[in-house]
Amino acid sequence: MNAPAKIETTLKDWETDQEVRWCPGCGDYAILKAVQRTLPQLGVDPANTVFISGIGCSSRFPYYMESYGFHTIHGRAPALATGVKLANPELNIWLVTGDGDGLSIGGNHMMHVLRRNVDMQIMLFNNEIYGLTKGQYSPTSRVGTPSPSTPRGSVDAPANPCAFALGSGARFVARGFDVSKNLPDVLKAAHAHRGAAFIEIFQNCIVYNKDVFDDFAAPKGAEDRQLWLEDGKPMLFGSEKSGGVKGLALDTETLAFRVVDVPDGDWESAGVRVHNAKNRVTAHLLAELPFGPYPMALGVLYDDPAPTFSDSVIAEHEAASKGKEANLAKLLGTGQTWTVDGTAQDPV
Amino acid sequence: MASAAETNTRDEASNNSEAAPDAIVVRFAGDSGDGMQLTGGQFTLSTALAGNDLATFPDFPAEIRAPQGTLFGVSAFQINFGSREINTAGDAPDVLVAMNPAALKVNLPALKSGGLVIVDTGEFSKRNLDKAKYDANPLEDDTLAKYDVLAFDISELTIQAVEPFGLGKKDALRSKNMWTLGLALWMFDRPREPIHNWLKQKFAKKPDIADANIAALDAGHAYGETAELAGPRSGAMRQTNMPPVDSEPGLYRTITGAESISLGLVAGAQLAELPMFFGGYPITPASAILHHLARLKEYGVTTFQAEDEIAAICAAIGASYAGSLGVTSSSGPGIALKTEAMGLAIMTELPLVIVNSQRGGPSTGLPTKTEQSDLYQAVYGRNGDAPMPVIAARSPGDAFECAIEACRIAVKYMTPVMLLTDGYIANAAEPWKVPDPSSYEPFPATFLTEKNGETLLPYARDEKGARPWIKPGTPGLMHRIGGIEKAQGTGHIDYAPDNHQAMTDARKHKVLGVTVPEQEVSLGQKGGKLAVVGWGSTFGPIHQAVRRMRAKGCDVSHIHVRHIWPLPANLGDLLNSYERVLVPEMNTGQFKTVLRDQYLVDAEPLTKTSGQPFQIAELEDAIGKYFDGIEGNEGGQVPVNDQQLPNLSAGYDSGSSKDMD
Repeated sequence: MNAPAKIETTLKDWETDQEVRWCPGCGDYAILKAVQRTLPQLGVDPANTVFISGIGCSSRFPYYMESYGFHTIHGRAPALATGVKLANPELNIWLVTGDGDGLSIGGNHMMHVLRRNVDMQIMLFNNEIYGLTKGQYSPTSRVGTPSPSTPRGSVDAPANPCAFALGSGARFVARGFDVSKNLPDVLKAAHAHRGAAFIEIFQNCIVYNKDVFDDFAAPKGAEDRQLWLEDGKPMLFGSEKSGGVKGLALDTETLAFRVVDVPDGDWESAGVRVHNAKNRVTAHLLAELPFGPYPMALGVLYDDPAPTFSDSVIAEHEAASKGKEANLAKLLGTGQTWTVDGTAQDPV
Repeated sequence: MASAAETNTRDEASNNSEAAPDAIVVRFAGDSGDGMQLTGGQFTLSTALAGNDLATFPDFPAEIRAPQGTLFGVSAFQINFGSREINTAGDAPDVLVAMNPAALKVNLPALKSGGLVIVDTGEFSKRNLDKAKYDANPLEDDTLAKYDVLAFDISELTIQAVEPFGLGKKDALRSKNMWTLGLALWMFDRPREPIHNWLKQKFAKKPDIADANIAALDAGHAYGETAELAGPRSGAMRQTNMPPVDSEPGLYRTITGAESISLGLVAGAQLAELPMFFGGYPITPASAILHHLARLKEYGVTTFQAEDEIAAICAAIGASYAGSLGVTSSSGPGIALKTEAMGLAIMTELPLVIVNSQRGGPSTGLPTKTEQSDLYQAVYGRNGDAPMPVIAARSPGDAFECAIEACRIAVKYMTPVMLLTDGYIANAAEPWKVPDPSSYEPFPATFLTEKNGETLLPYARDEKGARPWIKPGTPGLMHRIGGIEKAQGTGHIDYAPDNHQAMTDARKHKVLGVTVPEQEVSLGQKGGKLAVVGWGSTFGPIHQAVRRMRAKGCDVSHIHVRHIWPLPANLGDLLNSYERVLVPEMNTGQFKTVLRDQYLVDAEPLTKTSGQPFQIAELEDAIGKYFDGIEGNEGGQVPVNDQQLPNLSAGYDSGSSKDMD
């Protein structure tokens, strides 16, 4: 829900007097700055904005935002935020969670806040590790991740946050990473979407999982490894300098994308598909695109609004209350009643 | 017919069978598909309309549709009604209606000697007898020798009655319960019109079904009127007319605890001038509150069926944070899941009402039975020093007052409050004098709208120790709260030792400082030989047992505690005024422990954890031991009583909404 009147603020207006306590070099700093830089551009009112988080490094976020904030309990932020939104649908809610908070202990709530389509921006900081508890592997850690709890490497397959979100019925799914210059655009798109907007933000844990995203996030060679999606634009990556422009074409036989060369910028002849953010099927393909043979799909994978939970609840409320009088005295005396004769006042 | 459970012990009953009863206990029992709960409910309504006082207990299997005809599929509904004040659903039935062999097998041991059994012979086939594990037909041997028996083919009589409506046999037999209800209405001289009207309303879209049921009801009634109903021992069955009870004038209705809590919460939210947000998750027996509130949207009630118990309470906390009155409800296992979030509400000092409809046992335990074993959980059951006010309702009607009180404390003190009820209170019905909502003192919530200091102090405290309530959306008051320890005043994160000490003390003193009414003596006087101290739904049987023992000349008083935490300020002094203190509880002695701890009083437990409620006679026996001159036999555990109610379906006792003092 976006505040109707635009409010003028600066980045400074969104900073609190609290000392930021993330490790030096943590990707969270970059995300904090990106959010503080984006909110003034959105014209939102700090008094009408609520940051709600669970538990973990990422969940300290609300303390650093000069808005309303609620640092809740592990995994439960989506449930608590749902109550906030239903009690006051005018509030602009940003949920801050991590891969452990949002997909492990709070996976159930994440699924339901998405399928209900509760209007809020959900930022899931994915660092593929439990940071605050000192480095155990997380539900998004890659197989073989060594950690204090998996000294010989983890053996279980990781969850894919964007695929999870789509599977849960999310109507907006996007991806970015901490130091990306495109992150503010992704946040803006999420804010513009009415309903639950899920953003996976790859975040570098400098202490326990250092540079684990460098294979696609490092500046060098980024253009070959990052596919930034734009609705209505061909899905192109790479450059002439780096080894040629490439694109994603759809193989109708295998129902999978394949990478094709795009000589001379003629992407149409090369069969490159135009990204349609309303196409749920291609959103799934993009979310699950295996990195390595393919680039990392970033930006807005899917954006197709549907009625929001609070709007539906309000509509139902209005329909159910229409023409009805809220007379408590009458309600108490409802049903089959009888009177014992005497002088007592009849309350109805 | 034997006289009432409450005025006579079982032994006395058989000697007294000619006396005109001032109360009668009737139990309807049948297969869970036979509609016994509906029959009981409508009989209750006709009883209330006749002006009798009453208490009921519905007892049904945990299985939705247990295999037909089996012992564990038996569903029963017991009602105790009379021309005098009724506090319990009765120790043992005077009349048992058994719709099949299984219902007879399960419920017969409970029936008073000389009581009346009404059976449907049409159901006593070899197959059904086998399912009920009867080797021989109990209608043909001496199983029923000590009872009056009215045995006839209710199934066939029902089929005949509904024949004009052209229903198939299966559908026709669905009206059996209405035929039986018709007979019961005749037996107690009740009008049929209210039931006719109810049937027409219920089946408004299927007038044929309504007419068939009305025909069955009328046929049952006519059968009573015209047939010669002869029991083997007492001759012809007669009509019994129960005169109305002497009641305070006013408007009355029947109410169950679930309805009463729902209405009390709505009233509480109105008195606080707040919209209500109710977060719930399906669980027996608490779901009924969610169902009731879901239909009250025009009263500013938002109900949210969450994905789990944790989400239900977290959403309620979120709603309270945003300025609504957050409410959640569950039963023991669900309350356990909510525990961490309760700590969050305590830490963030937000109002919240948590209703716990207690059921039996740990884990899944006995989902449809009642127990009082969540008291430790309510008072002590959280990590850290996490104090929370706890209130316990004693009866369906009383739950209305308790719900309002819970809302009041939550809003005035910025704290979660737990309201304890139990499976019995949730489902049982009793007559309720409809209160006038304008007679309650409002307690409007206030929200901070501007800074309360040089800088904003979200954790500044008022004279009650409560912090300000600040709604997000309020300009200029942006601040952050959470589960991490807060600095006094500013609410910033603060792990300093002296701060945690001060905040722990502040939370403790705020809750201990909650104003609760002075403890009164429910029956008897301050001081003397023995106080029987109870809480929750044991009010009814304790009250009646104390009344009867006092009539026999024993110096015993009844103290009923509503405010479990904090306890009334004068309670310690009051308890110490008695030579002995007995605490009957449907648990292993939880409130007893609290009283011992708080007052160093030698409270003695009387416990019962068989899944059955206390009977009045059991409590009389226990009280009697303080007056029999034998040392050391007091208190202890009530032995399992298989005569009381079948092992398969434990029953309930109730209290009344009336002021007994």
